[in-house]
Amino acid sequence: MSATATLGNAGALAGSAAGSTASDYALEVRGLSKSFGGLEVIGDLSFAAPRGKATALIGPNGAGKTTVFNLVSGVYTPTAGTVLVNGQDITGVPSRRRIHAGVARSFQNIRLMQHLTVIENLLIGQHVRAQGLGALFSPFRLMPKHRWWKEAQQALDECGLGAYAQQTVGALAYGIRKRIDLVRATLAGPSLLLLDEPAAGLNPTETQDLLAHLRLLASRGTSLLVVEHDMPFVGEICEHVVVLNFGRKIAEGTLDEVRQVPQVREAYLGSEEE
Amino acid sequence: MSGYQTGVLVFLAFNVIAAYSVYLPMAAGQLNLGIAGFMAIGAYTSAYLSNELGWSMLSSVPAGALASCLLATVVAVPVLRTHGIYLALATFALGQIIAAVFLNLEVVGAAAGYPVNEYVSPMVVVACAAGVVLLMVFLSRTRYGLYLTAIKNDATVTDLMGVNVRGMQISAFAIGAMVAGFGGALYGHHYSFIEAQHFNVLLSVFTVLYVLLGGTQTVLGPLVGAVFFTLLPEALRASDQWRYVIFAALIILMMLLRPQGLLTASLLRSLGGRKQGMQQ
Ligand SMILES: Nc1ncnc2c1ncn2[C@@H]1O[C@H](COP(=O)(O)OP(=O)(O)OP(=O)(O)O)[C@@H](O)[C@H]1O
Ligand SMILES: [Mg+2]
Repeated sequence: MSATATLGNAGALAGSAAGSTASDYALEVRGLSKSFGGLEVIGDLSFAAPRGKATALIGPNGAGKTTVFNLVSGVYTPTAGTVLVNGQDITGVPSRRRIHAGVARSFQNIRLMQHLTVIENLLIGQHVRAQGLGALFSPFRLMPKHRWWKEAQQALDECGLGAYAQQTVGALAYGIRKRIDLVRATLAGPSLLLLDEPAAGLNPTETQDLLAHLRLLASRGTSLLVVEHDMPFVGEICEHVVVLNFGRKIAEGTLDEVRQVPQVREAYLGSEEE
Repeated sequence: MSGYQTGVLVFLAFNVIAAYSVYLPMAAGQLNLGIAGFMAIGAYTSAYLSNELGWSMLSSVPAGALASCLLATVVAVPVLRTHGIYLALATFALGQIIAAVFLNLEVVGAAAGYPVNEYVSPMVVVACAAGVVLLMVFLSRTRYGLYLTAIKNDATVTDLMGVNVRGMQISAFAIGAMVAGFGGALYGHHYSFIEAQHFNVLLSVFTVLYVLLGGTQTVLGPLVGAVFFTLLPEALRASDQWRYVIFAALIILMMLLRPQGLLTASLLRSLGGRKQGMQQ
């Protein structure tokens, strides 16, 4: 991969690097590095997530998985390296604009607006598709039949969560909030969805519901990048697996392939999964 | 209505307008402790335009509000880079600077104060306060109001959803200042006299107090707070010299018992049982 890392490549959305037409990859990171005060957390990381499929990003605790998500979603600026989404270089694109490039994410520690109702949280997720001053200042919350309500309710109904629409998020069970965090991320209509431990803390029934939900998304062409510690879960939906340890890629392939890699066994030695 | 009652009502109206000028930035998580300064801008601008240039109040009052809004927009860029206690201190200092400028500005009477010619009646003041409340209720029913709450809850997530967080914060600060300028302009025309000393930090602090005690979760919280804390000292008048002690003790008590304010979103929901919720 290219060693000449592009930093702060503003205007990347307008004209990305030559030869990047209709990439086969939903996400490509090239030579990505991130240091915090001299401490390297991600080092020269390169991998690609195929379009329209689910890719897993796995690794022991502290391997740097969430940091990769923060780099791809723009919460952190990389020290070096390039991030491409559907062939577009988004390295210099501000975090706020990345959702326009099709990137949405969920959070490891659910970050819903606690005091708001479920449906109000979903309304925020719709923002990308409700642009302009007219949308911003329309008093649609006085109109119960407005399409924004209907659309959000429909998204909830689809996942069997419709009954929670008017409940305050803070009062809901963990598993439900986790699912709602996911629904909110999907409302922006992303082409690439980053899911940080979506199955953590879910009971077996909830996990099955989540799998069905993710399959539905995949069937609609959404590419998924999933961080997950639950290996059977990864095996269920992810055809491609990238393994991180100490911020570096130690293996890539199918789940069965990476399982055979000695370094992966070593990294996971003593931990619950393997 | 007796003269006393009218006086209290007008006082309440001014407090309501002031409360909403603080509320809007606070809905986005920003404390503006310089609100009195923005009231002063509105008051002096409108008074000057009507006194010296013969503008009618129909244009001088909006001009006062606009002047305050413009200044807020300009200062918001550096000031809103700060957060938390630093933002409070920065806005506090800003309010002090504005008051100090008017205190020394000869064209508007400096320390001697400035008489205002045009008079605005109590009913107009009350109607204007009602208009401000309606405007805020309207805003709370839009995405604009929803996003302000979202920013207060989690600015990073709101940003990732594609919302222009900084733009929203600047506009909330500026619209808040505009409302303050509007209230200040009316204040000058109603009492026919303004002096820089009136627009002091205590006015800002009390206004913030109304809003906090009324509650910032819902759009009606500031109204409840302003009503409660305008009428309470009046009701306590009977106990004369003790009323400020009782008033202060009540404030501390409420902070302890209901830190989220008198009116909360869940309280409103359980009261109204409305499907859509009344939450800001
Ligand atoms: N903002 C930050 N400042 C300093 N260090 C950080 C920061 N963010 C992450 N790190 C460090 O980077 C390393 C990787 O963290 P990260 O959260 O990406 O791991 P992870 O793979 O997601 O772990 P887990 O499985 O526990 O969620 C950790 O050592 C962490 O302390
Ligand atoms: Mg993590």
